[in-house]
Amino acid sequence: MKATPGQARRYQELVSAKTPRKPVARNAALAFLVGGAICALGQVAFNLFVSRGLDPVQAAAPTAGVVVLLGALLTGIGIYDELGRFGGMGAALPISGFANSIVSPAMEFKREGLVLGVGAKMFTVAGPVIVYGLVTAYAVAVARWLLLGG
Amino acid sequence: MAGKRVGKSTVAFARPPVVVAAGSVVGPMEGKGPLGSEFDVVKSDNVLGEGSFEKAEASLLREACEIAAYKAQVPMSRVDFLLAGDLLNQLISANFVARDLGVPFFGLFGACSTLVEALILGAMAIDGGFASRVLAACSSHHEAAERQYRFPVEFATQRPPTAQWTVTGAGAALLAESGQGPVITHATVGSVVDMGLKSPNDMGSAMAPAAAETIWRHLQDLGREPRYYDLIATGDLASLGKEVAEDLLRRVGVDVSGVYDDCGRMIYSPGQDAHAGGSGGGCQAAVFCGPLVKRLKAGELRRVLLVGTGALFSPTSCQQGQTIPAVAHAVALEGPGRGGEG
Repeated sequence: MKATPGQARRYQELVSAKTPRKPVARNAALAFLVGGAICALGQVAFNLFVSRGLDPVQAAAPTAGVVVLLGALLTGIGIYDELGRFGGMGAALPISGFANSIVSPAMEFKREGLVLGVGAKMFTVAGPVIVYGLVTAYAVAVARWLLLGG
Repeated sequence: MAGKRVGKSTVAFARPPVVVAAGSVVGPMEGKGPLGSEFDVVKSDNVLGEGSFEKAEASLLREACEIAAYKAQVPMSRVDFLLAGDLLNQLISANFVARDLGVPFFGLFGACSTLVEALILGAMAIDGGFASRVLAACSSHHEAAERQYRFPVEFATQRPPTAQWTVTGAGAALLAESGQGPVITHATVGSVVDMGLKSPNDMGSAMAPAAAETIWRHLQDLGREPRYYDLIATGDLASLGKEVAEDLLRRVGVDVSGVYDDCGRMIYSPGQDAHAGGSGGGCQAAVFCGPLVKRLKAGELRRVLLVGTGALFSPTSCQQGQTIPAVAHAVALEGPGRGGEG
């Protein structure tokens, strides 16, 4: 039995009325704390690189490297998913979250072999981010070229 | 013909098959839940030294089957059929267990309704004279299901409060023509209901209408009131789905308050961060084959209506924007002392 559109709408309303609300304020506060802590950690690394003689432009790359390494390490020892459960977008958005999205499927599909497991599945989550990140970058570059002439 | 049919969708067994023994095996998280002490075996980790989550699930299912057969002192060679299923693609847990046990086998898929589906078909086979002993079994495994249906286990993601937590566990019930134990008196077979919901993060609400319809239909067919039962146990609507099902039943004049609970809600305590509650075929299978059969045997429960509910979707159907159809089947069980009545 498939509901008519009217029945489906009424049922959806009944369910929505009973659905517990997402704790948005709490989630936002935790995301701010977790995301902020990760960024603060990145800032510490950045300052350290600058104090050791790198200029701020050069220091950005090793800083990202440190945060990625930490994200990968914490994923490997089973902590980053807990951080994500707790901090939500605060853990997912920084580049450490990107590392988590690559390392977690790589770990998961190890048992299916190095080629069809790790190799093929590693970018199942990160793949769309890379694809649409590149598409957006091209679109912005073309727009800039058209508007500002390069 | 069809002399055993009652009403529209219910069958009455002339010689009600007996649940002579049952085995239940769960993972560590389920062991820490409120029912932890009532399962036969609680594992200390989710891989069980098997090398993969999928192999671990098959090992849980096999162990549940072996425990049920051992308790009844029945060698596998004397089991006529194994009716089993799970959530993994191509039923690999059940298929691999069937390979190991060597019992004539039917693989079933009814998502989380699989155990009740197996109990109904097993009871029909026995009452129909096609079998003397049937093993009905089902399993699920949290990590194995996660990687098939959602994200990698270590992926940092936040679930909404309506999401359910797939149970790591398995249950097997050995049905026989005669013996000691609760009997299956009736079964109500559900039809597939689709109320147009799409979110795999709220399967309870997608399944609630199917559960409510089957419970209502069962009570109508047999002219019973909800209070006839000591317990009506759905599996697995979890907290939101349970509330919705109660509401839907109230709207058609059926008040199940006081006798109704849900296996997905029973298996975890609120502090276990399982969101709305448990799901997966192993949830109801372990809860029924562990705590419920024990309570039925002990006389703490006399009459139980076990309602299995399954969300019949796949990740592909969801990604293609299809709605989630659901099914619910019910079996009526009566404990010793009242066997055969009703």
